[in-house]
Amino acid sequence: MPSTPQTPEQVHRVAEPVPLEQVLRVAELAQLELREDEQQEMLRDLNAILGHVAQLNELDTRDVPPMTQVNAVMHGDAEASDGAVDAGNVLRDDSVRPSLDRAKVMAMAPETDGTYFKVPKVIER
Amino acid sequence: MAELKSTSSVASQHEPRTIRSARHAIVSGETSAVALADSYYDTIAAEDPKIHAWLSLSRERATAQAYRIDELAQSGDLANEEALPLAGVPIGIKDVLVMQGAPATAGSKILENYRPPYDATAVAKLAAAGAVLLGKLNCDEFAMGSSNENSAYGPVHNPRSLDRVPGGSSGGSAAAVAANMAVATLGTDTGGSIRQPASFCGVVGLLPTYGRVSRYGLIAFASSLDRVGPFTHTVEDAAILLRVLAGPDPMDATSAHQPVPNYSAAFNTPVKGLRIGIPDEYFAEGLDEEVRAAVEKTADALRAAGCTLHKVSLPHTRYAVATYYVLATAEASSNLARFDGVRYGLRAEDASTLSIMYRRTRDQGFGKEVKRRILLGTYVLSAGYYDAYYRKAQQVRTLLTRDFLEAFTHVDAILTPTAPTPAFRLGEKTDNPLEMYLADIYTVTANLAGICGISVPCGNSSAGLPIGAQILGKHFDEATVLRVAHAVEQVQ
Repeated sequence: MPSTPQTPEQVHRVAEPVPLEQVLRVAELAQLELREDEQQEMLRDLNAILGHVAQLNELDTRDVPPMTQVNAVMHGDAEASDGAVDAGNVLRDDSVRPSLDRAKVMAMAPETDGTYFKVPKVIER
Repeated sequence: MAELKSTSSVASQHEPRTIRSARHAIVSGETSAVALADSYYDTIAAEDPKIHAWLSLSRERATAQAYRIDELAQSGDLANEEALPLAGVPIGIKDVLVMQGAPATAGSKILENYRPPYDATAVAKLAAAGAVLLGKLNCDEFAMGSSNENSAYGPVHNPRSLDRVPGGSSGGSAAAVAANMAVATLGTDTGGSIRQPASFCGVVGLLPTYGRVSRYGLIAFASSLDRVGPFTHTVEDAAILLRVLAGPDPMDATSAHQPVPNYSAAFNTPVKGLRIGIPDEYFAEGLDEEVRAAVEKTADALRAAGCTLHKVSLPHTRYAVATYYVLATAEASSNLARFDGVRYGLRAEDASTLSIMYRRTRDQGFGKEVKRRILLGTYVLSAGYYDAYYRKAQQVRTLLTRDFLEAFTHVDAILTPTAPTPAFRLGEKTDNPLEMYLADIYTVTANLAGICGISVPCGNSSAGLPIGAQILGKHFDEATVLRVAHAVEQVQ
């Protein structure tokens, strides 16, 4: 499936530096806290890397399928990487099998009653 | 048996051994598996304080295995070399692979006390083949890095020059072999993390084709790029290990069902008649002159061995680092979401709500480079930016892969430098992440395309630092890559 051509606005947006508020919003999405002393350095680094990444826009990829399944490509057909290709899908029988020993797994839990993982309460904002 | 030169600048308690010489020494009664393991632990005790390759030692498990091997040796069950091909061989495991009887930290504080309840398939296969697993090896945190300076437990020092980096992220794995603290080790490679440290430390590092070796039990960084592979002294040892490691695994849906050839029988087949491609794009600006000279000399040696050399073009090479750092970070941001303090690992104390617990745990547990990559990865996947960055990078990945598929219709293998320079100094690149990323230029392409490759020592710089030649091969054609690497090894 061909990608939608990039509008001049989209290309321009990619090339603009990302402002701090946006980095902080992304940090929120990623459940990461950025302390004040980390913020400027992270902002600078991210923008330097995104500046380099912007050169991908030099390439015309309108008729190029994205490589979503590495296995499909290795079965000999680079064009088949997008869409329904069974070469990449390996399914097993839907049968019940033993899993890991529960006691061993729960031994690693920071807090548990033996069956559940216990966590602090969730507060709706 | 192949004789190995000792090139490490640290003294060892014993001569370097290959897999077959170690196994043979036990089977013939020259030594016992227990004594052999002890001698490697002695070397670790003597040398690792300077190098810091090891994060934990699994002496109990190793000794139990060694006793089992000694019993089998006594009863004659090891007489056939095909039985337990790794019997008694001391091997180390990168700390991103889970192994029972040892912690798995992934080089991170967030997993400091994590003890896995199972073995990774790659680890289980080594153990089933008789290997004595010595312990877990230091690495960049969550395999993110090119110098082993991102480990939460301190950097690894290059045994060939202690003020220099061993490379990364599998710095501990490479250093352990180079310093004779293990006969072989397992590492992982997502953007060059086996090949580049192999080059910096002067050892062999093999990158199997995507899907060739199961990823079950590998703490995931980027699931479409991650590979498990060996570090060894010799190409033969890499072939032996690949034969043990390769094959389908019901626990890894991306593992390949391709048949596993007898790599260890075929690696020394003469290379006469093979066509070797030399891509201009890997010999352009930024390449150290001594590295260039060493790789050109390698090309000459291959010609003398009967190969033909051909210019090939991989025109999208210059976009590889940008493509890689969009896709790998995007996948990492997803894979590292599981580290939230709920089920295992670090949990921040006194968090009054779940949300605070998540953020404080991750803030305390993750280092700077990991946070940087999670942020970048989250950004390129976020609404409004997904098409411009992530989807675009997926398309460029197809173009990069097509470059290789096209080149491999004209040549059997491709020869390049592994890294633009020999090992740099500790602290030299830590202030500039982009500069560190750009040094991955020769290695990320193979991960993006899914193909296989190897780094094999091909000379030293005038300062005595190792230089590696990289040989890249078609999907599932490790056999050819091993053959060419062996030819290179023979002229050193």
